[in-house]
Amino acid sequence: MVSFSRADVEAIAALAQLELDDAEIDLFGRQLAEILTYVEQLQRIDTAGVAPTASVVSAHAADRDDVVRPSLDRAEAMANAPDAARQVGLFRVPRVIG
Amino acid sequence: MRACRDAVRTGDRSAVSVCEAALASIAAHDPLLHAFNTVTAERALERAAALDRDRDRWRDRPLTGVPVALKDNISTRGVRTTASSKILESFVPPYDAAVVEKLEGAGAVIVGKTNCDEFAMGSSTENSAFGPARNPWAIDRIPGGSSGGSAVAVAAGMAPLALGSDTGGSIRQPAALCGIVGLKPTYGRVSRYGLLAFASSLDQIGPLARTVGDAAIALNVIAGLDPADATSAPAPVPDFSIGLTGDVRGARIGVPRALIENGVDPQVAEAVTAALDVLVGRGATLVEIDLPHAGAAIPVYYLIATAEASSNLARYDGVRYGYRAAPETRKESADQDREDLRTMYARTRARGFGAEVKRRIMLGTYVLSAGYYDAYYLKAQQVRTLIRGDYERAFGGVDVVAMPTSPTPAFKIGERSSDPLQMYLADVFTVSANLAGLPAVSIPCGLTADRLPIGLQLTGPAFDEATLLRVADAYERDTSWWSERPELLKTANPEILKS
Repeated sequence: MVSFSRADVEAIAALAQLELDDAEIDLFGRQLAEILTYVEQLQRIDTAGVAPTASVVSAHAADRDDVVRPSLDRAEAMANAPDAARQVGLFRVPRVIG
Repeated sequence: MRACRDAVRTGDRSAVSVCEAALASIAAHDPLLHAFNTVTAERALERAAALDRDRDRWRDRPLTGVPVALKDNISTRGVRTTASSKILESFVPPYDAAVVEKLEGAGAVIVGKTNCDEFAMGSSTENSAFGPARNPWAIDRIPGGSSGGSAVAVAAGMAPLALGSDTGGSIRQPAALCGIVGLKPTYGRVSRYGLLAFASSLDQIGPLARTVGDAAIALNVIAGLDPADATSAPAPVPDFSIGLTGDVRGARIGVPRALIENGVDPQVAEAVTAALDVLVGRGATLVEIDLPHAGAAIPVYYLIATAEASSNLARYDGVRYGYRAAPETRKESADQDREDLRTMYARTRARGFGAEVKRRIMLGTYVLSAGYYDAYYLKAQQVRTLIRGDYERAFGGVDVVAMPTSPTPAFKIGERSSDPLQMYLADVFTVSANLAGLPAVSIPCGLTADRLPIGLQLTGPAFDEATLLRVADAYERDTSWWSERPELLKTANPEILKS
C-alpha cells in the first residue's frame, strides 16, 4: 500500500507550483495514495524489451523552411495579460529575486 | 442536421430562421440543463444573415447554415474560451482553432461554447467550475464528460451538431449517456491547433451528432493535415459519406468477451448483445478476440494523461493571460509586501484550478519526478505499447472491435464525485482507443427500463474511419434508437425541433 506523508504531498505541491491548505494536503495525500496503490498492478506486467510509446504518430509531415511568416499581432497576443507594459511588449510580474 | 442544411441550401428556410430556432431552443432548455458556458447569439445571427445575403457563395457548402456548438476548450477568436475553469474565466483567444476555421469555411453557424469538465478532466461534467450540465433524459443525472455540454446540446435539440474533445472517452461516453453519436477520430486525423491541451499524445477533437451520416459530414469538414499541428497526419482524407452503403456482408466484428463480462450493467450487456445480433442479421460475423492488456488500460491512462497534463497546465501561471491571484500582505512577516513570483504562481494556480485538476497535476508531477519516472511513467508507456499491439493483432483478423461504450448508464449527480478512483473506472472501455491512437465511435443502441440511453462502441484500425462509420451506419439503418427523444423535449415547441 503506497502512502504519502504531509511532507511528501508538500514536496509535490511545491514542484507543481500549487499552494495547498491543510485540508487539501490531507485529502490529496489520501487520494493520491489510493490511486497509486491501484496503479501498482502494472508492476506485475512483463515489459522486458518492450519499447515505450511516447506518441502514436507514424508518418510525420515534412518540416517547413525556416523563414519568417506573418504571426500574431503583439497587441492581440498581450490583450489577456493581467499586468503588462504593452507598448514595450513586456509582462509585469512580482519580484523574482530578493 | 442534413435536413436543416438542405432547407437552407434550397432556400426553404433562411439561415437566420434556422439560427433563431436553435437560439430559442437554447433559451428554453439551457437554464435547466446548463449545456452552455457562452451563447454567441448576436454573432451567430450576424453570421447567418451574411450567409443569407450571399446565398450563391454559400449554397453548396457541406454545413450551410448548420448551427454548431463548440466545447469550451476549443479556441474561438474574440469569444470567451474558459475550459470551464476559473483560471480562464475571462480569457478571450486571439485566434481561432483550425477546426473553427474549417467549420466556418463550410458555412456553419457557431451558436456557443459548451460546458465541460474543467480542462477536459472528468467523466461527468461535474468538474466544471461553472456548475454541472444535466442529462436531458433524467435531469438528476450526469450527461457524462468531459464533453457533457456538447452532448446535451445535441441530445436536447439545441444544435444539430457539436464538437467535443476526447482524451480518454470524453466524446464517446457523454454521447452514449445522452443517446447520440460521438466520434473520436484517429489520432492526427483532426488538427489540435487551438485546442486547449490536456494530454497531447491522446487528445483529439471530434463530432457529436444525432446520426452517423451527420458525423461523417462533420468529419469531412474538420479532418485534414494542418501545418500548425506537428502531430497532424498527412493521411489522405476520403469522403466519409460515400462509404455509408449499408453493406456489412462479410464484415468481421471482434468481441472481447472476457473484457465485457466483468462489471457491466446487465441492461447494458443485453443491449450490446442485441445490437451485435442486428449486425449479424445484416451479414456481419462475430469473432471472439482477446485483448490481454485491456485490464491495464485505466492505470496506464491515468499515469500518462496526468503526466502530460502536469506539463501542459504549467502554462497557467497568471503571467501572460488568465486569472492572477492578487498579492496579499503578510502581517506577521517583516517584509510586508513580500509577494514573489513563485508565491504568485502557487496562489494563482491554487485559486484558479479546481480539485480534480489539482489532483491530476499532482499525480502527473509525482510520476515524472526523479526516482519515480521509471517505475510509473516509463512503465506505463511500455504497457501502452502492449495495449496498442493487442489491437494491431486483433485487426489482423477483424475489421472493427465492439464493446459497450460505458459499463453503466448515466449515474446520479454527486454519486461518484467524492471517489475519484470510482469515477475513473467509467472510462474502462474508452481509454484504449486513445492510448492506441485508433478511431472509435459510440452509437445509441438501447434504453434502460428507466429510459436512460445505452451506447455501443466500435473501434477501427488507424485511419479507417470509413469502415468504422459504414458498420455504425448499417446498424443505425435497422434500428430507431437514434430517433428516440427525452421526455423533456416532448412538451417543447415542435418548430424548435425541425432539424
